[in-house]
Amino acid sequence: MGYAIEFQDVTKTFRGAGRPAADHVDFAADEGEFITILGSSGCGKTTLLKMVNRLYEPDSGKITLFGTDISTMDVVKVRRRIGYVIQQIGLFPHFTVGENIAIVPRLLKWEKEKVDARVEELLELIGLEPEEYKNRYPAQLSGGQQQRVGLARALAADPKILLMDEPFGAIDSITRIKLQDELLGLHRGMEKTVLFVTHDIEEALKMGTRVMIMNEGKIVQFDVPENIIRNPADGFVKSLVESAKAKEQFWERFQ
Amino acid sequence: MEYLLTYYDKLFGAAVEHLQIILVSMALSLAVAMILTVLCDLHPLISGVMLSFLSMVYSVPSLAMLAILIPVTGLGRTTAIVVLVIYNQYLLLRNFMAGLDGVDKSVVEAATGLGMSSMQVLVRIKLPLSKRPMIAGIRIALVSTVSIATIAASINAGGLGTILFDGLRTMNASKILWGSILSALLAVLLDWFLGAVEKRL
Repeated sequence: MGYAIEFQDVTKTFRGAGRPAADHVDFAADEGEFITILGSSGCGKTTLLKMVNRLYEPDSGKITLFGTDISTMDVVKVRRRIGYVIQQIGLFPHFTVGENIAIVPRLLKWEKEKVDARVEELLELIGLEPEEYKNRYPAQLSGGQQQRVGLARALAADPKILLMDEPFGAIDSITRIKLQDELLGLHRGMEKTVLFVTHDIEEALKMGTRVMIMNEGKIVQFDVPENIIRNPADGFVKSLVESAKAKEQFWERFQ
Repeated sequence: MEYLLTYYDKLFGAAVEHLQIILVSMALSLAVAMILTVLCDLHPLISGVMLSFLSMVYSVPSLAMLAILIPVTGLGRTTAIVVLVIYNQYLLLRNFMAGLDGVDKSVVEAATGLGMSSMQVLVRIKLPLSKRPMIAGIRIALVSTVSIATIAASINAGGLGTILFDGLRTMNASKILWGSILSALLAVLLDWFLGAVEKRL
């Protein structure tokens, strides 16, 4: 079967851009890994993520999921097998919470009973009482609840791969920490490979089984969190780690 | 007022004719506009070319457009309807496309990313979420159709324009006045009707 996700020498340059958004990217993720991708805006982390579900197509190189080259697969089918969560959440405002969660199972033409049961199961998983929330509209939920529904929608068809693009970026810090912990708990209970993009180093180190640090379209370091902190690969990683430490010192001053 | 009382049947007949031209034109316009909208949405390259072409066509004066089409479709109602449908395409397509493009980008990205085909994104997400700007476009097209339809009388298409043009030829102020009033009234009534529909959405 091979790796869950593998990039082989993938390059992508957007028209009119001076340098590639992804520059000869090469990496592999085992099934069940939680990989956080860290970098400042414009470093190519979102580009990398969107190439996995083919919202962007690479100029060169190959991307495989469980050994299959995704460019040879039907694009819509690839996407239905991958969960996708974005910062802006993007719930469908004219669908109820239940209908939002049911979207991929319905696209896959599951039977109605199976869809309904799955929606209830997921609502319970994300801690929203099904009877109370199923028939609400997204506008009637708080930001944190909306992103919970966004996560449930992504998990609905039980995808093996989950892509998350700064999912908690627009959520207040108290709710964010809660959601982080919930997601980690959920991940422990399932054999899913997660790619999680963030620009917050603490989030990256906390969530990732491995952390990928990107700068100017290249992977600068890809390692377990301890090694990132102990042996930063270059000045860029070092400055990232130091920025987190500086923040810590700021708090210590008040204790 | 006297004119209205004496010739009410003639006026009424003209108004009904006018209404017929408008309804047939609007129905055809909407059908054509929907097809063009789907094409433009699925193939963004077509969209730009199509809109510039239609805006060019739209800028041709209606009398000239009628005259151009007489050799093709002849005198009478068919030509009038063809012209009205052509004019409406610019108004409808521009507003329909603006409506579709106005749908929250993140909603469209989520729909695409979760595995909806372009057609599914259009039908299940973009269209239901752009109902209001679309109705707004239809209202503009409707009012414009009512007014351009009067000019169609110049090629024997009938309708309220006949009374207007009669009035102009014979310098009869009450004919001009009643032709205009009824045409305006028709526009207001139809627009009000669509406004009511819009509120219910």
